[in-house]
Parts: sequence; structure tokens; C-alpha cells
Amino acid sequence: MFALRLILKNALRHRLRTSLTILGLVIATLSFGLLQTVISAFYAGAEASSATRLVTRNAISLVFPLPLSYSPKIRGIEGVTGIAHANWFGGIYQEPKNFFPQFAISGVEYLKLYPEFVLNDKEQAAFAHDRKGCIVGRKLANQYGFKLGDVIPLKGTIFPGQWEFVVRGIYDGKQANTDTSQFFFHWDYLNETIKKTAPSRANQVGVYIVQIGNPDNAAAISRTLDEQFRNSLAETLTETEQAFQLGFISMSEAIIVAIRVVSFVVIVIIMAVMANTMAMSARERLSEYATLKALGFPPRFLVLLIFGESLLIALIGSLLGIALLFPSAAAFSAKLGTFFPVFDIAPQTLLLQLACAAVVGLVAAIVPAVRSARINIVDGLRSIG
Amino acid sequence: MKIPLQYIALNLWTRRLTTALTAGGLALVVFVFATVLMLDEGLKKTLVTTGEYDNVVLIRRAADTEVQSSVERDQAAITASHAAIALGTNGEPQVSKETVVLIVLNKRGSDKPSNVIIRGISPLGAMLRPQVKLTSGRMFRPGSSEIIAGSGIAKQFVGAGIGETLRFGQREWTVVGQFDAANSGFDSEIWGDADQLMQAFRRQAYSSVIVRLNNSQRFDAFKQEIESDPRLTLEAKREQIFYADQSKALSTFISILGITLSVIFSLGAMIGAMITMYASVANRVAEIGTLRSLGFRRSSILVAFLAESLLLSLVGGVVGLLLASLMQTVSFSTTNFQSFSELAFGFELNATIIVKSLAFSLVMGLLGGFLPALKAARMKIVDSLRAA
Repeated sequence: MFALRLILKNALRHRLRTSLTILGLVIATLSFGLLQTVISAFYAGAEASSATRLVTRNAISLVFPLPLSYSPKIRGIEGVTGIAHANWFGGIYQEPKNFFPQFAISGVEYLKLYPEFVLNDKEQAAFAHDRKGCIVGRKLANQYGFKLGDVIPLKGTIFPGQWEFVVRGIYDGKQANTDTSQFFFHWDYLNETIKKTAPSRANQVGVYIVQIGNPDNAAAISRTLDEQFRNSLAETLTETEQAFQLGFISMSEAIIVAIRVVSFVVIVIIMAVMANTMAMSARERLSEYATLKALGFPPRFLVLLIFGESLLIALIGSLLGIALLFPSAAAFSAKLGTFFPVFDIAPQTLLLQLACAAVVGLVAAIVPAVRSARINIVDGLRSIG
Repeated sequence: MKIPLQYIALNLWTRRLTTALTAGGLALVVFVFATVLMLDEGLKKTLVTTGEYDNVVLIRRAADTEVQSSVERDQAAITASHAAIALGTNGEPQVSKETVVLIVLNKRGSDKPSNVIIRGISPLGAMLRPQVKLTSGRMFRPGSSEIIAGSGIAKQFVGAGIGETLRFGQREWTVVGQFDAANSGFDSEIWGDADQLMQAFRRQAYSSVIVRLNNSQRFDAFKQEIESDPRLTLEAKREQIFYADQSKALSTFISILGITLSVIFSLGAMIGAMITMYASVANRVAEIGTLRSLGFRRSSILVAFLAESLLLSLVGGVVGLLLASLMQTVSFSTTNFQSFSELAFGFELNATIIVKSLAFSLVMGLLGGFLPALKAARMKIVDSLRAA
């Protein structure tokens, strides 16, 4: 109890220095938390994927399509319970910087495979009945102010021309990590238009989404499926939805690694600041420590004092940083819009923040603690800080 | 009367541990700041040197990249016969009709897949890019299933080294040569014969047409004629600008992320400098009083403490820059969002970045040191002498 009071008194002795150090810790834990959240946002798509969905694409790369005629063949494979297809549209809404994912989908059967997209029956029927209809996610609708009945013009880059779609539904996500920044419209509409403008590109599908009954059979079904089209003009590559999503993430891996490294650099920076604070405090108090020793306190009491003060400051700073993380993540997410479809703080992030703060507090106290524990009483009393 | 610089420097030297810790924090911030600038510079340099100023890229209107574009054979033929195109020694127009697609290759070691550009070129295609040089092996033979790989690809991807084979489009393709494209974007590509690749991919149309103009000044007229020709649905861009445009999104991403991080981190480092300087002032109250009574003015005290802080941050800045300059040996490879393909680029240090980084560190020192210096300068002589 006595030690605790002494620690508190020591921490409050240099108010300005302590508050500056705490401020530094707040900034560091806050930015560390934000960076960790950015990293987990990259992985959100993979985490939200279902184990019962496979994605089949052209083995060469996503740029190459698959023929529509594969659909009945895939449906016939044992263990397959549903199939839908989609094309990446890649249109531009007003300006290239207004990026959001757009897919031409095989109508309601596609939506059936994605139960996490919640759309009421009325809107779903309205979408099904309108050839030029489209549905948008809630986050996307909020960002651009799309309402039911709005006409959205898109400039095609892969499929040339000026396209117009009417909003027939706005879907919500069942879970917090469901991506509601997407835009869906009828593949049939795309295909009919392409038949007129570029007949050689008609009846082609970007990817097939294959639903399977039992996730344990994913590997076997993928193998059978790819085997069926081996040595054909369009060989397929089938993988689980999660593997498919992770493939995308691994493309930006260098950037993710860089962000991860940098998020730890900020911890090292604050470690230097904190160590500096502790070293200065300990140097100024050398004569005090010598007095305590002369009074009969053992060296481990001094060590306890220094570690206690360091940990206390680190803890206060990190708790404030964690408290500030929530409003700043919300502001960050609002600012970025649909760039990161899901931007949630993971519980592990908070634990990591606390752990990092504890490490900073411990490391910062090592040198001063060792020094003061070793100090010779006579030298310490003579020291003038 | 000025306080000598040596006196200021010795003050820092006396408190070596504190100086080292503070300068270390500042150095890390400058390191992050400089590497981000270097990365952005490297990316820009890579994509700008990819293009030849005299070359013109023709792609389908509204397509942003060659991969999205398609140019029908008849349109390519019409373009190739335009009068503004330079002629070679044998009188043939300097044109390369190219097909550009992405294939998925796995990285060596990690086996992680990534999209790689494979470019089919006409016989003149290599000549239109003088920066591309074969470093080992030989050129692919037209009409065969042979390919050559850029230096960035050969090292990084399974099956892309000389003598290895890649399988796609129902064929085995042998890598017969490796080329170096002077750190341009072509280093991240695989090249082969356009007609062979189109056949393998069952493509009817080219992706782009590259031409060299006989007179570079005539670009605007050429562009106007091509884009107003009712038989064509093409768009013309100078090759250099075409590639520079493709780096925009990635470059913006890197600089926004980097600058945001640097600013946040610099707050931390500035606080560090401030703590150090406040302590430096607090420890030397009596000394300040002595200096004042010796006749040094308030302004000299202010300048002395500011100089100490600036010196501290300069040390940090120089150390940070030295660390960052080591990054020049590292190559960075990631997917360019715009072309959706792998692109390798380096960290590029130049004079502007050195100046910017040092200025950045000095600003941190100035902001961190100002309040403590002001406190020192405003002390009353009597009070400070009594404090001892």
C-alpha cells in the first residue's frame, strides 16, 4: 500500500512531463489500434466467406471467362446443391475515384446462395421483374444517397457503352462483417446487350458460385469439377470462397506487411519516449533512492517503485488510447466510405494494444531500475541530478 | 551576444542516454517519412520510364488499361497504315500490334498466386522499347511456343526462370530468355509472340497497338485524326503518359497512407523532444540565471535552447535518412490496383527527398523545442539564481 502511494506521488511529481508522456502513449496506442483495424479490414472478405460456397474461375486468370454451357455440367456433379454465376462489370460511376464493386449476377438464384444479404420479398420481386433493375448494399446507398427508383448511370470499361440501372432494392447485412458496399444487376441484361454489340463475347461468365451440401467435401468436389473440364478450351480452377478471397489479399501482401511493420514502429518510437521519461526521472531522484536505501529499503523495493510508475503511466495512456479508438475508427470509416466494406475493431486489437503498452512500460523501466538498484549509497547521496 | 554552438552541443553530449533515446524516436519517424516518399518516387519512376515519349499507345475508347481493351484486326491494320508513323530501314512501319492478358503464377517460396502480365508482341515490339535488353538466353522465335521473362518475374515466380516451362492455353511454353528493362514496368512482364498467344487464348482481337511517330510534334494531329476516324473506336495516348496514369491510384494510396502515418508519428516524436527539452531547462535553472547575469540576453537563451532542440532533431533526421538509404537495396512488389497485375519497384532516394526529410525533422525539433525554450528565456534572473 505504501509502495502504491509512493508510486502515485512520484508519477504526479512532474505533472507536465507525465501528461506529455501519457499524451504520446495515447497517440501511439490509438494509431497502433487504427493500423491493426486497417489490416483486419483487408481480411474481412475472407472472414465473412461461407464454407459451403466454392468459386470456379478460368484457370488462366480472372480476365478469361468461362462458357455459360458449363452451368448444367457443374450442377450435375454429386454434392453440388446450387449454382449461380456472375461477371465483374468494372463500370465508372461519374468519376473513376467513385469505385465500388459491381457484379452482373444470375438473378435471384445468385441471391439465394448468399443468405447473409438481407433483402425483403417485395424488393426482391421488384428486382426480379425489372430487367434493368439493380440492388445496392446499405453502405453504398448511404454513401451516394441511392434511393429506390433512382437511376444509376455507369460508364462501362470492360463492356463499353453508357449503362443505366434502376435501384429496385437495398440489402442489409445479416452480420456486422457482411459486405454491403456491392452493386448487383441482371447478367441477362448484360448478355443481351453484348450479343448486339460484341457477339463473340456473349454467353460468357466470369465466375461460377457453386454451393455444396457438406463443407467437408469441398476439396473432393473441386477436384471432380476441375477434372471434368481438363484439356478443354477453358480449364477451370475451383477453390473455396475463402481461398479465393485470400488470393486477392495476397496480391496486396507487400502493402499489408508494410502497414504491419509500421504499426510496430510506432510502438518502438513511443518506447524510446517512455524510456527517456523514466531515465530522466530516475536520474533526478538518484539521491532519493540512495536515501531510501540508507533507511534500509532493499534494492527490489526501488525496482518495484520504478516499474510501478512506468507501468502506471503506460496503462493510463493505453486505456485512453483504447477509449479514443472507437470514435476515431468510426470517423475514419465514414471518411473512407466503401473503400473498406467492413471496418470493425476486433477484440484482439484491444488486447494487443494493452499488451504493447505493458511491454513499453516494462522495457522503459529496465535501465533506470537496474541503475538505481545498483547505486552505491554514498555516490547516490552525492549525486545532484 | 551569442552562446557558442559548442556549448550547446556539449549539453546534448552530457545527457547521452536521453539524447540517444530522443534522437532515436525522431530518427524512426524520419525513416518512415523518407521511405514512403522513396517508395512513391520509385513507383513513379518505374512507370514513367516504362513509356517512350515518341511512342503512342492506342487502346479501345473508355478502357483504362490494355487488359480491358480490345482492338479488332481491321482497326489495327487501318492504324498501322497511318502516314504519321515512322518507317524502319526497310520501309516497314514501326508498329507493334500487341495482345496483353493476365495469367496467374505462383510466387517462389510462398506459392502465393498473383496476376502477371503476359504481352504478345509483333516482331518490331522489342525495337520500340530500346530500354529492354536481353541479359541471358536468347529472344523467342516468332511462331513458336517460346517466351522471355522480365527480370522481376524470373526471380519471383515459379516456372519463369530460363529453361523452365509454364503451362497455359493448352500448351507448354518454354522460357528461353531473360530481359532487363532498366527498372521499368516491363521488368514485371512476360513476352511472347502475339499471334501464338492469341491463338492459345482463342482471341480474335489485339489489346493495343503501339506506334512510333516520325515526328513527335505531330502527336496532337495524329491523336485527333485517329479519334475522329469513324472506322475506329480507339483512343491515342503518349506511351509515357499512358503508364504514368496507371500509377495514379497506387501512388495516391501510398502517399496518403504514408503522410498520415508520418504526421501521427511525428506528434509522438515531438512530444519526446518536448519532454527532453523541458527536462533540460528544468535541470539548468541556475545555469540560465548565471548566463543571464553574465549579460546574455533573453533572446540568446531562447536561440540557444532552440538550437539545442534543432541539433537534436538534426541528429535524428540524419540517422533516419541513413537508415532509409539502406532501403534502396530492397525491391518492393505488389499488385497495382489499376492494371490488376504484379508490379515490382524500388525505393528511390533523391535530393528533394533528402531536403524534405531533413526539413521535416527540423520542424519537429522546432515545434518540440519552442515552448521549453520560451520558458527558459522568460525566467527571472533573481529567481533562477536562487533556485540553485
